[in-house]
Amino acid sequence: MTGAPAMIRPMSLSMAALAQLMPMYLWLSLTGVILAAGPTLCKVLGRDPAGQGLPDHFLIRRPADLLPGGDFTRLSGCRVQMQLRHPPATLLRGLAVPLEDGAGLLFNLSFGIGVAEAVRIHALTDSDFAPTDLAVEMLYMAEANSAVMQELHGLNRRLQRAKAAAEQQALTDTLTGLANRRAMEQAVDRLLQTGTDFGLAQVDLDFFKQVNDTLGHAAGDHVLHEVARVLCDETRTGDVVARVGGDEFVLIFPGVSRMEGIAAIAERIIDRLSRPIGYAGRECRISASIGMTLSRLYPQPRLDRMLGDADRALYLSKMHGRGRATAFSRNMATDPEPPAIVSGGAGPDAQPVTLGTLSTLEAKKP
Amino acid sequence: MHGLINRSIQSFLRDTYGTSLWTRTVLEARLGFDNFEAMLVYEDAITDAVLDAAARQLRRPREALLEDLGTYLVSHPHFESLRRLLRFGGSAFVDFLHSLDELPGRARLAVPDLDIPRFQLRPDGANRFRLDCHDGRPGYGHVMVGILRAMADDYGALVVLEHLGGQDGAEVIGIELLAADYAQGRPFALSTAGRPA
Repeated sequence: MTGAPAMIRPMSLSMAALAQLMPMYLWLSLTGVILAAGPTLCKVLGRDPAGQGLPDHFLIRRPADLLPGGDFTRLSGCRVQMQLRHPPATLLRGLAVPLEDGAGLLFNLSFGIGVAEAVRIHALTDSDFAPTDLAVEMLYMAEANSAVMQELHGLNRRLQRAKAAAEQQALTDTLTGLANRRAMEQAVDRLLQTGTDFGLAQVDLDFFKQVNDTLGHAAGDHVLHEVARVLCDETRTGDVVARVGGDEFVLIFPGVSRMEGIAAIAERIIDRLSRPIGYAGRECRISASIGMTLSRLYPQPRLDRMLGDADRALYLSKMHGRGRATAFSRNMATDPEPPAIVSGGAGPDAQPVTLGTLSTLEAKKP
Repeated sequence: MHGLINRSIQSFLRDTYGTSLWTRTVLEARLGFDNFEAMLVYEDAITDAVLDAAARQLRRPREALLEDLGTYLVSHPHFESLRRLLRFGGSAFVDFLHSLDELPGRARLAVPDLDIPRFQLRPDGANRFRLDCHDGRPGYGHVMVGILRAMADDYGALVVLEHLGGQDGAEVIGIELLAADYAQGRPFALSTAGRPA
C-alpha cells in the first residue's frame, strides 16, 4: 500500500443494467414517488408503477412507525418490509439505500420465505430472478424435500404394516415377557390334539386398579413384572404362564390330572402375591384370586368351556373375600347364583361329568 | 449403494419388462427379498448382482440396459419429480449441462447420504462438450448418456451423444448440440401449482 487511495470515479449504471442486476429494484424519490421499478417487481404488481406514490402500491410494515406520506428519507439504510396493498398482499423484504445528490432511495427487494407462494401466484420463472438469488434453489429444496418425505412416508407405512403383521404373529406379551393369549391357545391346542391331561388356572389380581390409580401406571407396570416373576417361580418348567388381559393371567399345567396338584401351586402364588411389593419407596399391596379346572373333568375338553368354568370358580374366590383359589365343580355349573357369569358360555353341554369327590377348595387367606 | 438407486433400478425393470422379469432377476441375483427400500443403504455388490442378472435374463449388454435406465428415470411418469428436480438446473439445455457440476451438491441437499459421481463439463469446440464422470461406479456414464438424451428431448434440444469410454479413471461422454430449439420440449414451471400432487 503506497500513497493515498486513488480517486475513484462515482459509478453510474444504465437502467437496463440495473434491471438485470436487481430485477426487483425500486427507485423512489424523496417525496415518495416511484420513479422506476425492476421487471420482476412490475410483473408482481401487474403494471409498471412509475409515477405513482409508494403508498398507492405498498404498505410499509417495517419500520412500523412510518406513516403514509411520512419522511421517506428515514428508510435510508433500513431493512424494510413491505406488503402489496392489493391482493394477493404478497410480502416483500429488502434494503433501501440513499442515492447521491438527493436522487432518492434505491430499494432491492425479495420474497424471503414466501418465495414458493409468490412464484405460484405470480407465475414467475427462472429468468425473473437474478442468478445470485437463491430463490430457485429454495424451490428445488422444497420440492426435493417433499419427494424425500413421500418416500419416507411410504417406508413408514410399510414398516407399520410389517409391525402389525409381526404383532399378529407374536406369542409374547410385550410388557411382562410372558406368553400371550395366542401362545396359550396354541399350547392348549397341542395338549388337546395329543389328548394330554392338563390343569388350567385363571389368576386375577386383587386391588391392582388401586395401585394404578394411587401410585400411577409405572407402579402398576412394576407390579405386573413382579407378578410375572412370581408366577414363573412357582410354576414348573413346561407349564404355560400367559398374560391374557390387563391384570388377568392363565396358567396351564400339562400332565396334571388331580386338583390337589394345582391347588398347592395356587396357594403358594397367593401367599407370595399377598406380600407387599416395593416401588419407589412405597408399598404396593395386591393379592390374587384364582379359579381352577382340569381337562379330566370333561368328556371332550374345550378351551373356551374350561376358561369359562375357571372364570366361574374365580368369581367365587372374589365373592368369598379374594386372596383365595376355588376349584370348579358341577354345583357351580348348575347353580344360578353368580348370574353375571352364567351367561358366559355354560349351556347344558358345558357340565363336567366326572365330579365325584371334587368340591370347592379354598386356599387359606394369609 | 443407496436404496434410491437400487429402487429406481427395480422400478425400471418392473415398469419396462414386467413383474415376472423382476421376480426372475431377484431369484437369479439371490437377493433374499423382492423389494428395495429407497431410504436404506445396500452393499454395492447387491446392485451389481441385480444388474448382471437382469442383463442375462434380457440377453442385453449391461451398458445398453444402463442407458435405458437413464432415459427411463427422466421420461417415466413415476419419476416426474426427478425430471422436475433436474429441470431446476437451468432454463435451457446448455444451462442444464453447466449445472451438472453442481449435481452432487444438489443431490446431497435432497438426500445427505446420496453419493453420485462428480461431473465436469469441458468445452470441446463450437457447440461441443465433453462431460467427465469421476468417482462413479463403472457404468454410471451409460446411465448419464440416457439421462442426457432424455433431458435433451425434455428441453426440445437436438444433440448427439457418445460414450467415449474411460479416461484417467473417469468415464467421458461426448456431447454435440445441433439445435437448442429443435422441438417444443416438455413444459416446466417453477411452481407445481395445478399439477396433481
